[in-house]
Amino acid sequence: MDKPFFEYLLRLGDTTLILSQRLSEWCGHGPALEEDLALTNTALDLLGQARMWLTLAGEIEGAGRDEDALAYLRHAHEFRNLILVERPNGHYGDTLARQFFFDVWHYFLLQRLTQSTDERVAAIAEKSLKEVTYHVRRSSDLVVRLGDGSETSHAKMQEAIDDAWRYTGELFVDDDVDHDMVERGISCELGTLRGPWLAHVREVLAEATLTMPAEDDAGHPAYQGGRQGRHTEALSYVLAEMQSLPRAHPGAVW
Amino acid sequence: MSKEWPLWEVFIRSQHGLAHKHVGSLHASDAEMAINHARDVYTRRNEGLSIWVVRAADIVASSPADKEPLFDPASNKVYRHPTFFPMPDEIKHM
Repeated sequence: MDKPFFEYLLRLGDTTLILSQRLSEWCGHGPALEEDLALTNTALDLLGQARMWLTLAGEIEGAGRDEDALAYLRHAHEFRNLILVERPNGHYGDTLARQFFFDVWHYFLLQRLTQSTDERVAAIAEKSLKEVTYHVRRSSDLVVRLGDGSETSHAKMQEAIDDAWRYTGELFVDDDVDHDMVERGISCELGTLRGPWLAHVREVLAEATLTMPAEDDAGHPAYQGGRQGRHTEALSYVLAEMQSLPRAHPGAVW
Repeated sequence: MSKEWPLWEVFIRSQHGLAHKHVGSLHASDAEMAINHARDVYTRRNEGLSIWVVRAADIVASSPADKEPLFDPASNKVYRHPTFFPMPDEIKHM
């Protein structure tokens, strides 16, 4: 088995899967019918991407685990998602801040992955990029609307940005798996995404009349480690709910 | 909500469609958001289509009371309907 490649694919698959699960929790609870639909649409896009990454991960692993086995029958410490995406939804501003930071990162990453030397990775990235181009446009737009909206929405959005900010350091930390992927031309160094990410985030926050938190506030190791399997307690609750049925009826077909 | 989120009418031209067709309405705070919502609600992201949104308040409709003077005179003048001519095959969508 190609262990680093498997790990790398899990990181992409788990990150999109967990964020999709989080967004699905909004179903029927959005601030307006149209927002409700838009948010669940995004959740469906991300779930589709998770399925492709996890299916490929299962093939690379070669142990007979398909997307369902990987999604439903692993424990929290076996998950490789970014900590940012397992954060609770909070209020709508919190969800948007999380989505905005992630979408911008996701967009720049997928752009690079379309150039991957592995053609399966490039193909999934290309398909996903179309969806994520819309996600990033939407979340950027909404951050501006709330930041530059009423006094209350501005305050809530600023608080949400400050809260989510500390989890963004992890988005740009490369480890051995990443270095290996870079050497093989499968992926890019996450560190190189930081510049474009900061530029876009800075621009949107300025337009939203929001204050960008200090860059150093995002680097604390306590808020990193998801991609290596070290999570916050939030993930366990997500998984308990997400996996309850397949665990209660192992081997069931649906 | 009706004050801050006015009603918009949505018209969509599908990939192979020739004209925009009214598909429904939705609430949105401005035109840009209306387009985004129309895409999520009414297109499911079929590619190669075009969306028009227009504030419902900007549409002027004919009154049902005017139905007879507006439409009835057309029906009893058969010479107004040029349906007696053979149509060449090359001319489509007439």
